Amino acid sequence: MTSLSHPTAGGTSAPASPHSVVHTKVYGDAEHLQVPAAATHVSSEQMLDWFKQMLLIREFELRCMQAYQEKKIGGFCHVYIGQEAVAVGCTAAVQHKDPIVTAYRDHGHALARGMDPKHCMAEMFGRIGGCAKGKGGSMHMFDRDNNLYGGHGIVGAQTPLGAGLAFGCKYMDEVIDGKPNSRVSLCFLGDGALNQGAFHEAMNLAGLFDIPVIYVVENNGYSMGTAIARGTTMAHSLITKAAGYGIDGYVVDGMDVVGVYADMKRIADKCRATSRPAFVDMRTYRYKGHSMSDPRKYRTKEEEEVFETHDPIGRLEARLKTAGLLTDDSLKAMQKAVRDTVRDAITWSDESPIPPMAELYHDVFVEPWGPYTGSSQPAMNGGTANPPSMRTIDTKEELS
Amino acid sequence: MSAVREIEYRDALREAMSEEMRRDKRVFLLGEEVAEYNGAYKISRGMLEEFGARRVIDTPISESGFAGLAIGAAMMGLKPVVEFMSWSFSLVAADPILNNAPKMLYMSGGQFGCPVVFRGNDGAGGQLGSTHSWCVEGLFSNVPGIKIAIPSNPYDAKGLLKTAIRGSDPVFFLESERMLGNKGEVPEEEYLIPFGQAKVIRSGTDCTLASWGRPVHFCMEAAEEMQKLGISCEVIDLRTVRPLDIGTVVRSVKKTGACVVVDQSWSFGSPGSELASQVHRHCFDDLDNYVHRVHSADVPTPYATNLEQEYLPNARKIAEAVRSATYNL
Ligand SMILES: Cc1ncc(C[n+]2csc(CCOP(=O)(O)OP(=O)(O)O)c2C)c(N)n1
Ligand SMILES: [Mg+2]
Repeated sequence: MTSLSHPTAGGTSAPASPHSVVHTKVYGDAEHLQVPAAATHVSSEQMLDWFKQMLLIREFELRCMQAYQEKKIGGFCHVYIGQEAVAVGCTAAVQHKDPIVTAYRDHGHALARGMDPKHCMAEMFGRIGGCAKGKGGSMHMFDRDNNLYGGHGIVGAQTPLGAGLAFGCKYMDEVIDGKPNSRVSLCFLGDGALNQGAFHEAMNLAGLFDIPVIYVVENNGYSMGTAIARGTTMAHSLITKAAGYGIDGYVVDGMDVVGVYADMKRIADKCRATSRPAFVDMRTYRYKGHSMSDPRKYRTKEEEEVFETHDPIGRLEARLKTAGLLTDDSLKAMQKAVRDTVRDAITWSDESPIPPMAELYHDVFVEPWGPYTGSSQPAMNGGTANPPSMRTIDTKEELS
Repeated sequence: MSAVREIEYRDALREAMSEEMRRDKRVFLLGEEVAEYNGAYKISRGMLEEFGARRVIDTPISESGFAGLAIGAAMMGLKPVVEFMSWSFSLVAADPILNNAPKMLYMSGGQFGCPVVFRGNDGAGGQLGSTHSWCVEGLFSNVPGIKIAIPSNPYDAKGLLKTAIRGSDPVFFLESERMLGNKGEVPEEEYLIPFGQAKVIRSGTDCTLASWGRPVHFCMEAAEEMQKLGISCEVIDLRTVRPLDIGTVVRSVKKTGACVVVDQSWSFGSPGSELASQVHRHCFDDLDNYVHRVHSADVPTPYATNLEQEYLPNARKIAEAVRSATYNL
């Protein structure tokens, strides 16, 4: 326990630290989460696996920062360092078939969901080997095979989509297949996204239509340079916002992967069973700047140092060592394996070709002219012989 | 063939949706007042009874929320039809409809398409004033990744809407409150109308009139008037502005040597300016005069009847443009 409070704690009524409110169910039906965390069985293999995943994400992100300095990565790039336990714990708590959607700080979610680090890195390098053929970039990680429905760059944009994904799952099960709903969706958002209208509309719809979407607010205390209490009302008790929509709200310590898993597992199980939404104030911290160009003038060194003592990787490392599941040697071996994986991803991405120019015109439409064309469109407006300025108007490919 | 029946534009829309919903359970209708109220303009009348509340869904007044929800559902594999009471209200949903739906396929490198149809009233109604009279095609046709259909009659409305719902891409379907009661021939048999296929609805030799949606009717009126003066107009209904069937227009202009584009949206950076530019490019040597354009006046939509009438494209303005474009005749 520290004397310094989470930036969430703006004002006198705030709890002393996010960790003092861990495992507290504040709104909604009280029974469910009062199951002690220990009751959710976690095996040593699981813990080791999460540990490795977190090591991988951290190494991956450190190397992203480096690659950004080397100008291999362009545009906006937001790293996940400090928040690893959230993506790893939450992903472990749901099933692979459950859709996930998130914001632009999305590399961690992609890796936790099972995306090959090569495809993630190559995307940022703008190479054809990227998960979106180099057409999405750092903020737009999509992976159909792993049910990852994107990184989304506009703050809050993914929140109605998250409701739509869960709505789609439920509709398919119940209306089309005539069986009970089997999936939930996980929709991650930053604390800054709480102030977007789209989020409130999505919460209202989710509450109203019984949509099994779980909104996980990765509450790292800041949106860019704005401490949460400077931009958000009731910053010390975000779940009150969920209460306004009749949605169960939970506060979870996002710096402890085992706790994240245990709490999220019970939340997800409940959402699945009841087909209802949930809202999670996931208390976490980002150690690095907002993006690659942020000197972090808006917060103190002391604050950062305190949160470094809560490091999700450090905490699990200590726990594993105490339990005799990890030794200095096995840790070294794991770190080396992770370094190799990321180095391979970088080499692979360096070698992946840049997208062929034809990609510029691909993927604008599934069916450029619709399913029933028979169009009278003449060759003058399409086909490779024409200048791109014409082809952007109508992208019928088969014309010559 | 059986005698062709006449039905209203709104009924054509409902038939298209109902037929597609019977055919494919993934299709559902979502919007404000679409279910219990039967639709603000009674387009979805009776659909709740037939399909139930799971497939005909009343939403709160929450365009950004339900447009985004539909996009998520479409990414999941469903085929939502979203009714905007008016396209004027779609502006509060600009981010989902312009930043998500049209870009999802591209930025996911082809992994996630968005087969969603957004539909509703577009353009001036009757004295609805500045905020409720948007012709959104002026804004939205600028965005790659969406298809835009603007049918002028019940037959096209039904055939194009069925194609829109059956397709795999986002479609903006622009109807007009002023035409919902218009009757037209719609066969009982099923048919679909391809996108990007214009229709020559009146043939002529002296001047090409190219338009879409409601102003097509003003073009026909103007063509009648010009006929009395001995000027023969060919009228083309583009039916979709994205894709744009430039070929049909070009073939016509090569024959007539004159062209008037009629577009209800504002002139600056509009589908009309795009069409005119393309005609200039392809018919540079065939034109006897520059391509004339008739748009809404470059001001916010006025309320007073007389001002609104003068603001919109009308037969008189079109006739004047034809006269000017064919000055050499
Ligand atoms: C609609 C919109 N406004 C502004 C931005 C610029 N922007 C990008 S990230 C960000 C801060 C968001 O903070 P938060 O939601 O807490 O997420 P975090 O970065 O902490 O993960 C801002 C203002 C944006 N992308 N979208
Ligand atoms: Mg934040």
